[in-house]
Amino acid sequence: MSSGSYYVPASSRWPVLGSVALGAMMVGTGIKLVYDTGLPLVLIGVVGILAVMGLWFRDVISESRGGLYDEQMDRSFRWGMGWFIFSEVMFFAAFFGALFYVRMFAIPWLGGEGAKGVSALLWPDFVATWPLLNPPDSSIAGPEQVFSPWQLPLVNTLILITSSITLTVAHEALKVGDRKTCRNWLTGTVLLGCCFIMIQGVEYYEAYAHYGITLEAGIFGATFFILTGFHGVHVIIGTLILAAMLVRIIKGHFGGENHFGFEASCWYWHFVDVVWVGLFIFVYVL
Amino acid sequence: MAPKLPPQPPLQHSTTAVADGQSHGHAAPPKGIFRWLLTTNHKEIGSLYLIFSLTMFFIGGIFALVVRAELFQPGLQLVEPEFFNQMTTMHGLIMVFGAVMPAFTGLANWMIPLQIGAPDMALPRLNNFSFWLLPVSFTLLLSTLLMPGGGPNFGWTFYAPLSTNFAPPSTTFFILALHIAGISSILGAINIIATILNMRAPGMRLMDMPLFVWTWLITAFLLIAVMPVLAGVITMMLMDINFGTSFFDAAGGGDPVLFQHLFWFFGHPEVYIMILPAFGIVSAIIPTFARKPLFGYASMVYATAAIALLSFLVWAHHMFIVGLPLVAELFFMYSTMLIAVPTGVKVFNWVTTLFRGSISFESPMLFALAFVVLFTIGGFSGLMLAIAPADFQYHDTYFVVAHFHYVLVPGAIFAIMAGVYYWLPKWTGHYPNEKLAQWHFWFSIIGVNLTFFPMHFAGLAGMPRRIPDYALQFADFNLLSSIGAFFFGASQLLFVLGVILCVRGGKKAPAKAWEGAEDLEWTVPSPAPLHTFETPPVFHRTSH
Amino acid sequence: MRSRWWLMAVSLAASGSQAQTNGWNMPVGVTDVSSDIYGLHMTIFWICVVIGLVVFGAMFYSLFRYRHSKGAKAAHFHEHTSVEVLWTAIPILILVGMAVPATATLKNMYDSSDAELDVMITGQQWRWRYEYLGEDVAFTSNMSTPRTQISGEETRGEHYLLEVDEPLVLPINRKVRFLMTSDDVIHSWWVPDLAVKQDTIPGFINENWVKINEPGIYRGQCAELCGIDHGFMPVVVHAVEEEEFDGWLAERKEAAEQEAMGVDREWAMDELVERGESVYQSICSSCHQAEGQGSPPAFPALANNEQLINDVDWHLDRVVNGVSGAAMPAFRSTLNPVEIAAVVTYTRNAWGNDTGDVVQPSAVAELIAQ
Ligand code: HEA
Ligand code: HEA
Ligand code: HEC
Ligand code: CUA
Ligand SMILES: [Cu+2]
Repeated sequence: MSSGSYYVPASSRWPVLGSVALGAMMVGTGIKLVYDTGLPLVLIGVVGILAVMGLWFRDVISESRGGLYDEQMDRSFRWGMGWFIFSEVMFFAAFFGALFYVRMFAIPWLGGEGAKGVSALLWPDFVATWPLLNPPDSSIAGPEQVFSPWQLPLVNTLILITSSITLTVAHEALKVGDRKTCRNWLTGTVLLGCCFIMIQGVEYYEAYAHYGITLEAGIFGATFFILTGFHGVHVIIGTLILAAMLVRIIKGHFGGENHFGFEASCWYWHFVDVVWVGLFIFVYVL
Repeated sequence: MAPKLPPQPPLQHSTTAVADGQSHGHAAPPKGIFRWLLTTNHKEIGSLYLIFSLTMFFIGGIFALVVRAELFQPGLQLVEPEFFNQMTTMHGLIMVFGAVMPAFTGLANWMIPLQIGAPDMALPRLNNFSFWLLPVSFTLLLSTLLMPGGGPNFGWTFYAPLSTNFAPPSTTFFILALHIAGISSILGAINIIATILNMRAPGMRLMDMPLFVWTWLITAFLLIAVMPVLAGVITMMLMDINFGTSFFDAAGGGDPVLFQHLFWFFGHPEVYIMILPAFGIVSAIIPTFARKPLFGYASMVYATAAIALLSFLVWAHHMFIVGLPLVAELFFMYSTMLIAVPTGVKVFNWVTTLFRGSISFESPMLFALAFVVLFTIGGFSGLMLAIAPADFQYHDTYFVVAHFHYVLVPGAIFAIMAGVYYWLPKWTGHYPNEKLAQWHFWFSIIGVNLTFFPMHFAGLAGMPRRIPDYALQFADFNLLSSIGAFFFGASQLLFVLGVILCVRGGKKAPAKAWEGAEDLEWTVPSPAPLHTFETPPVFHRTSH
Repeated sequence: MRSRWWLMAVSLAASGSQAQTNGWNMPVGVTDVSSDIYGLHMTIFWICVVIGLVVFGAMFYSLFRYRHSKGAKAAHFHEHTSVEVLWTAIPILILVGMAVPATATLKNMYDSSDAELDVMITGQQWRWRYEYLGEDVAFTSNMSTPRTQISGEETRGEHYLLEVDEPLVLPINRKVRFLMTSDDVIHSWWVPDLAVKQDTIPGFINENWVKINEPGIYRGQCAELCGIDHGFMPVVVHAVEEEEFDGWLAERKEAAEQEAMGVDREWAMDELVERGESVYQSICSSCHQAEGQGSPPAFPALANNEQLINDVDWHLDRVVNGVSGAAMPAFRSTLNPVEIAAVVTYTRNAWGNDTGDVVQPSAVAELIAQ
């Protein structure tokens, strides 16, 4: 609840520019997908968004360091970040929901089991299995084989879990003002993030080159890539954010009490971690 | 036609100290168009939202008139079926995402800080961003109509595979436009939640908040929970169209019905997103003009929460005939029927608020009362639709079209108009011209019923929706509907006129513009200065 | 149990019951299920009317009685727990009362066991295909209302938009199970008098059933937006006495066998063109238009189509296998070899496509068999 006077920024040009940049990126993407041209527009959009974000956050940081923010502002940021992460959770929920639906209903029905098993009349040769190596229509080639969870995926799981721990150590260190420890452990976290991304890249290469797991490989490929793909994008973003935090730590930003920017990055990273655990279980193991 | 004007409180000057714009030095805002482009002020952003919404209401309305003109009589007269489908689709999309949702967000921007005694929204720059995404999104959406192959033509529900394998090339742009609108809604909702949870005047507990604030708190929660699901499902569409995935294609092991589950998991809460803030507005207006506290404040809050929670469990009532297993069918029928209970509580509370009040009939009140009656009628037809076996006959007919226009037009739209008439004095410092407003009301109520009532009969008699031409036995109903639509559309010009006149002048309004009004917004002067509550007001608990 | 509810509803609906014939209300229909549904519909309608009268009655009474302009003074009560509990509980009871018969009806509708006849219904843009499973009888059913009536050049007939070239013929008094699917997008097969409306989902099969009590002609429409001609996709069911049905089915079976034999013989060009024209007009013209001019870019022209004229095999392949990812359906299983050969021969020799080519049914049959 209100205490003192709340800082209301004067007018700002970043939001409008941001929406124009986002618009440019979307239009560019559309043109690229539909007419196979327009890459420059996508790039302009992406660069614009990044630039706007940088400048916008620069304002926020300088306001914060200028002592314009009070506890109430801090709470606003906390609520904001918390609900943003909730919206991300729901975004992934849609993809997990699709995976569960397909595995529990659609594929068994197509294979002749359950309430709508008559559908199998249309697909006489189809056998319901998961992972789905042979999609109902033989013109769609399924994956040749799928990944064993106990190799690269397990390594990645360990990496991400470790990275959550190292990040927590860094955070605790920041709280007690031990900036050097914080810096070292945060550096470790960023490196772990990079490792994860690289390993995921190797896995994608393997998927296309040797496993026949592609976007076109029926519903297995589709759910596999949409879940791991969006997760991967989130890891990349999270790593970038943590890298930015590292730069700020090195520059001497943040106090023992006042470091919500850092804390928000931690929340985000833990969220990405939790999603991975879900992925590991439902996409790879089960 | 307009009855004698009821008494209004005398003009007085506000004695509230807080609300005086000059308190501390604000940098001079940029001039001209930049003022609007760059603003972080909740009142200016609120106005932008409202203007945007009105524009979209007219564009969506014109699309509806194209539909109604084609359906004026049997046969194909004005437009090709292809274009007709685009009009139906765009009408639905524009009205839902462009007119109703931004209107409520605009009202939230204007009124929530005023009602809870906050200086502004919690995250003002983000607020500006949320707004300016909308023009970008809708320009892109509307431009699809001009692209080769035409715009979206698969209904606002864009069921796969019609919207994936069989769609025009512009569909990709439609998806991207919807993504932008979705980001806008999510960020706007986050801002509203943060504002409500964090910016209330000292001493104001959650259970002291006006109902408009409460309903918006819950609506914002719904938005954050379901807009990402919409984003997810349209992303899957994008992949099916452009990258050869098979989410919605049985050939690869997917299922077209999966699309519908995901869509309606978003879509049903979406319809409550379009009605809960309306409940809040009506719950403010009825006590004001009945000069009596709202009956059952607490149960109103609980009922709103119950509706919101139930709304996550009923989505498949839009899918009773896609061939769900029997258990699913039963579950969704029962859960849907249950929603009548909390909604009924609200209706009964409004009626009881009127009971033994001291009621006057200014334009906001007229719209609010019409809301109660006509929304309830729409709710009754909703309940009929919820009876799964009967829905086998109702589904995808004009009976459904009648149902949802009753809850949306004299529901959501009337509540928005009631809110606008109610708060215009606070925004502009002038009362809207009451005579004009009363004419607007009576024309609207006739128009709306003439347009949408006959649709019940057309639907029951067997007319499917989304058809450009129909069998001869439906001709009379359609004739009436079309006349009504043009009449209703034309009456909305009175609304615009009234608003413009009110902005430019009119009878001066005091801080407390309506005799029976209680909430905090009525303690600041009219028009509300650009900056209000820069030092938090002290909140004194009133009756509830 | 069922009929008791129905009776109750009908007696409740005493005044409304004339409505059923004049096209204002849901039809009672000609099956037990349809009259159950009608009963539910009316019961719930009247319950809503009564609730509405009570609620709006109280409301208008208050509006009238407590007018500010008449000097009404406002009371100040704003809570009353027992009243609030009461008006939560009563609606719940009413809802339970509605749910009981609705559940029974729904269960009955879902029970398609013990059917005597299986009909496969396949939606296609924009026609219906009917297949009597196990009887080797199958045909497609297209709207027969001429486009000239739609455009208004000709006066509209009585069954404007609700008439087809070949109706679905069904026996009365026999339980018929429908297996419903689609070849392209989602359609919905609906006949109000039978109270059957069911989506047809491509790649899946939905079940429904009907047992018709009275012979007659029952009309309906596709009820799910399925593209340009969604409004022009009627359903007509011809319900006949059992013996008549058996006779009809035997006749159709015979004809189908005749046609199958035709595959092996050599056909003359004229024969094929004649046959092909009728196939073309009923099946292909909705997309490629009556004169083969198409409506580009969505639907390519077939008249003066270079590639088509130059390449018979390609042409045949398009028709037999369709174009995946586009609206062009594969006709390998929905048209028989004679029809395919005929329509291809026709398109290769009509509208200035004077190739002189003749494609024999036997060649098509061979292609399909591969
Ligand atoms: C503001 C929007 C809004 C609101 C509030 C509602 C409210 C309700 N809707 Fe509606 N609905 C839509 C917008 C809305 N709907 C739209 C847009 C569609 C179509 C989408 C499309 O396909 O394009 C739709 C479609 C739709 C369907 C699908 C129909 C079909 O396609 O076959 C169903 C089915 O159950 C349904 C049910 C309900 C119910 C039970 C309510 C309930 O919330 C109503 C509750 C209210 C009351 C019942 C009245 C007041 C209560 C009392 C006075 C208490 C006592 C009453 C009793 C005990 C009876 N709606
Ligand atoms: C909030 C949402 C909302 C609102 C406000 C409306 C408002 C209206 N709707 Fe809407 N409608 C939907 C949401 C809404 N609708 C949805 C979701 C669908 C489903 C789409 C689908 O099937 O995919 C639908 C479908 C729908 C159909 C069915 C189309 C079909 O199935 O093919 C029809 C048909 O009559 C219709 C009519 C109208 C009319 C006449 C109005 C009127 O109230 C509009 C009034 C407004 C104006 C007319 C504009 C303002 C005035 C002027 C521009 C002045 C100039 C005018 C004159 C001089 C006459 N609507
Ligand atoms: C539902 C609409 C539809 C129907 C019905 C239909 N077609 Fe097509 N047809 C198409 C579309 C769309 C294409 C273009 C496919 C593509 O993208 O290459 C096409 C392509 C063709 C082509 C290839 C022409 C070219 O230039 O690509 C031939 C030949 C053809 N159709 C013949 C027929 C015949 C013969 C029939 C009837 C037996 C028929 N079509 C029915 C939609 C249809
Ligand atoms: Cu087929 Cu609509
Ligand atoms: Cu719903």
